[in-house]
Amino acid sequence: MIRVQNLVKKFADFTAVNDVSFTVAKGEIFAFLGPNGAGKTTTIKMLTTLLPPTSGTLQLNGLDPTRQPNAVRQQFGIVFQDPSLDGDLTAAENLELHGVLYNVPRKIRHQRAEMLLKLFELWDRKDSQVKKFSGGMKRRLEIARGFLHTPKILFLDEPTLGLDPQSRNQLWTHVRRLNDAEQVTVFLTTHYMEEADRVAQRIAVIDHGRIVAMGSSQELKQRTKTESLEEAFLALTGTTIRDETANSSDQLRQMVQMWRR
Amino acid sequence: MHAIFILWLREVKKYSRSRAQIVASLGQPLLYLLVLGFGLGPVFQKSGNGSYLQFVAPGVIGMTVLFTSVFSGIALLFDRQFGFLKETLVAPVPRIRIMIGRTLGGATVAMLQGTLIFVVCLIAGFRPVSLTTIPLGFLFMALIAIVFAALGTAIGSGLQDMQGFQLIMNFLVLPIFFLSGALFPLTNIPKALAFIMRLDPLSYGVDGLRGALSGLTQFGFATNLITLAAIAVALLVFGAWRFSKIEI
Repeated sequence: MIRVQNLVKKFADFTAVNDVSFTVAKGEIFAFLGPNGAGKTTTIKMLTTLLPPTSGTLQLNGLDPTRQPNAVRQQFGIVFQDPSLDGDLTAAENLELHGVLYNVPRKIRHQRAEMLLKLFELWDRKDSQVKKFSGGMKRRLEIARGFLHTPKILFLDEPTLGLDPQSRNQLWTHVRRLNDAEQVTVFLTTHYMEEADRVAQRIAVIDHGRIVAMGSSQELKQRTKTESLEEAFLALTGTTIRDETANSSDQLRQMVQMWRR
Repeated sequence: MHAIFILWLREVKKYSRSRAQIVASLGQPLLYLLVLGFGLGPVFQKSGNGSYLQFVAPGVIGMTVLFTSVFSGIALLFDRQFGFLKETLVAPVPRIRIMIGRTLGGATVAMLQGTLIFVVCLIAGFRPVSLTTIPLGFLFMALIAIVFAALGTAIGSGLQDMQGFQLIMNFLVLPIFFLSGALFPLTNIPKALAFIMRLDPLSYGVDGLRGALSGLTQFGFATNLITLAAIAVALLVFGAWRFSKIEI
């Protein structure tokens, strides 16, 4: 379903993704694990047509994101790592906009929106502007929106960041159900090792833009002779902490937060 | 079509929900209208040009439409920073439709804002020369709105931060406004200046508006209409191209 060969992405002075190759089969749940700045999000951006690769080939369901972006966008749904809601619109309006953009027929759109808002306990607040939501509520709404249409491939980029255990549980139950019932292929990244251990059938560990290990959780543990996936991960990627430089978006967000006070 | 409509609707909803912003955006045009209108009025009259309020009101309306529409395009920067842009860019909708939806939405908002200022001008004592040419005035407002919403989108597609935004305001939008003849007549000015003014798209918009509302036009309606329409098409194509090149 997803085929990536010798993928490279270079920004001006550094290589974010360095010769990465992997395939994900139809109906598989595949986890991409790696420290901050390892190249997870950059890889997802290239797969989802947001960034062109420097070199290498990409295929989603047999289609090339660089040459057939519109056809590729029909294939997937995505929950982003950072916020992507419109704060001036209400929760219901955000879902409605998404449903229209994804061609979900009106009736199904409304049914599913209601079901998802209830599932993620946002139904009471559906007519409030999203900017008045707490961080956790925004996150839940983002996830609910990701499930509004049923794609063939679902990308989840650190979806559980800032979620409470209840919502995390709802999320993974729902992901598994979609995967079972509708054979949705899932590509996820996370920093919570126990989640990857629980849901993913296959795991790739990426560090400094390269895949350092790939296999089932069991295989990774055996290879590193460790007891848990967390230990295996640390054995593979080392224990130093990575720095990410703050970019202009982060600076602007800080500025806006200052104004709001 | 649905995608264009829903993105258009988003712009209009956002506008109608920002009451404070609507009131705030009336401040600058009011200053130009009242302070310049009444302050320069006597001098203007003495030099034999008639009522300055009659002259400047279409200019102030044009200015409002210019600022609002450029800003709506540049608001792309905010959508980029707050993440919403990604949501539209991964959707299975050709980017040209996303760009058109946004641009028409921005142009509509600029029209609404321009209409508001038109009403304020009427309250301040401005009198259109004839009721029958008012629709023509609105046509020019629409053309100005589309031209500059498309320009805003073209610029916003490449902007990464607020510093760039300031640069654009001071070195592009303000010159477009001051060189358009919105505040003073383009007759008897130095040749070099007159040449630059002829390159400013807003000159044709303001001249058209002034012709329709105050009965004073320098270039004539045909020239104004054709020039603006041609620039609108060119900028829409350019804006769409720039928008299609956005990387996150």
